[in-house]
Amino acid sequence: MTQINNSLVKLENVGVFANDKWLVKGVTFEINKGQIVTLIGPNGSGKTTTAKITLGLYKDIEGKVQKFTEKIAYVPQRINIDWTLPIRVNDFMNLTNTLTNDEIKDALEITGTPHLINKDLKSLSGGEFQRILMARAIAKKPELLVLDEPVQGVDFNGEIALYELIKKISDTLNCGILLISHNLHVVMSKTDHVVCLNGHVCCSGTPIDVANNEKYQEIFGKDISKILSVYEHTHDHIHNIDGSIEKKK
Amino acid sequence: MLDDFFIRALLVGIGMAIVTGPLGCFVVWRRLSFFGDTLAHSALLGITLSYTTEINMALSVFVTSSIVALILLKLQKTTNLPSDALLGLLAHSSLAIGLVVIGLLATIRFDLMGLLFGDILAVNANDIILVWIGGATILVVLKIIWKPLFASTVNFELAEAEGMKPEKYNAIFTILLAAIIAISIKMVGLLLITGMLILPAAMARNISDNPMQMVIFSVIGGLLSVLIGLFASLEFNTPSGPSIITAGLFLFILSLSRIKKKTQLNN
Repeated sequence: MTQINNSLVKLENVGVFANDKWLVKGVTFEINKGQIVTLIGPNGSGKTTTAKITLGLYKDIEGKVQKFTEKIAYVPQRINIDWTLPIRVNDFMNLTNTLTNDEIKDALEITGTPHLINKDLKSLSGGEFQRILMARAIAKKPELLVLDEPVQGVDFNGEIALYELIKKISDTLNCGILLISHNLHVVMSKTDHVVCLNGHVCCSGTPIDVANNEKYQEIFGKDISKILSVYEHTHDHIHNIDGSIEKKK
Repeated sequence: MLDDFFIRALLVGIGMAIVTGPLGCFVVWRRLSFFGDTLAHSALLGITLSYTTEINMALSVFVTSSIVALILLKLQKTTNLPSDALLGLLAHSSLAIGLVVIGLLATIRFDLMGLLFGDILAVNANDIILVWIGGATILVVLKIIWKPLFASTVNFELAEAEGMKPEKYNAIFTILLAAIIAISIKMVGLLLITGMLILPAAMARNISDNPMQMVIFSVIGGLLSVLIGLFASLEFNTPSGPSIITAGLFLFILSLSRIKKKTQLNN
């Protein structure tokens, strides 16, 4: 019973067939409250497609998607803002909901972007824009958060901070998160469940399970898998290696 | 001091500008200027149909334009042709059918120039009521659908993912466009409707920093175009519809000086 209550979205054997080929096929997973599910896989393996299926953006799909929440926030991979549209960060924050000024300020504060509030969206750099997309999604206080490559264009320190933030959001809002990322080693340590895609689910499970899976090693190469395993193994000591945290000592 | 016909023209023009201002912003934001043209062209078919079936012209134009708009939405989904090709296809064929029907009605004399360019000086009290009540209805609907429509304008997928139902609101917006064309066709004519939609909004884009500001400037620009255009047409005895659009063009050119200053500042 509790499991049903906790479930936010459930995909059962879903797939999309378009332009004479399967974009992705046979995907099954479930996202519960407070859980981070990560999709990994090479380019063109259907990560974004799977995220879009989860969001209900495809009309013709095979399989079944069950959604148990309406409070969804989406951070897409890329957004082009048309030049014809004058729009400031402040307007963008209110795009799909109505927030108070304090709520907007808080969300921008969390992502380190309060100074951008009156900037035109088109004047932002790629990394700044990515943070605004995150801030907007957080401000919605969603139950399900879908993040498609959320740290693209963000500098290295910012990237780590944003992943810390994602973990924090999942803990404080108790929301489910579907995360797509190419940065395997950072992502894996924060994830509850990993789905490795390559047109279909090639393996899934806990990060360690997946890292040790042969099929996963075939896709990403033995070397990177080793780095991962090592990383997982030394997980307790990462604070000694990480520069930004070392300073705190 | 001013003649009655001129006051009527002013009332109609002002009512129209208040509606085309906000609608025009969406037309510009969504890159629909050619779409407006297509609807305006299909309006000619609506006009000829109203002559043959003797139903109200505004209603006939509204129905024809709406049908053409919905056909377009359908074609966009079912074919692989790009939108501009489909728009061209619909614009030219509906214009052609309209002209063919006119040809068949050899017994009725058409003031084709009047249909193409409108005659705002010939409006009567009923037209004023139509524009103000129709316009108010359009604005109320636009206000209601503003948020989801704006969200889907910024990004369709984002809006859909977050439950804003963009497809539904896009269709409603299309109907609103057909409606403004229907009520204003007699006043500015079908060739100039898109001008009224686009020029004030384009001018407003040059001097605005946020969406609301652009809508307000667009309305002000439309109002100024109507006032300047009508008084100029009275003064110089020029055709009124084209004079309004020309006034809009002058305002647009004036607004360019602001954009130059802004780009310099940004650099």
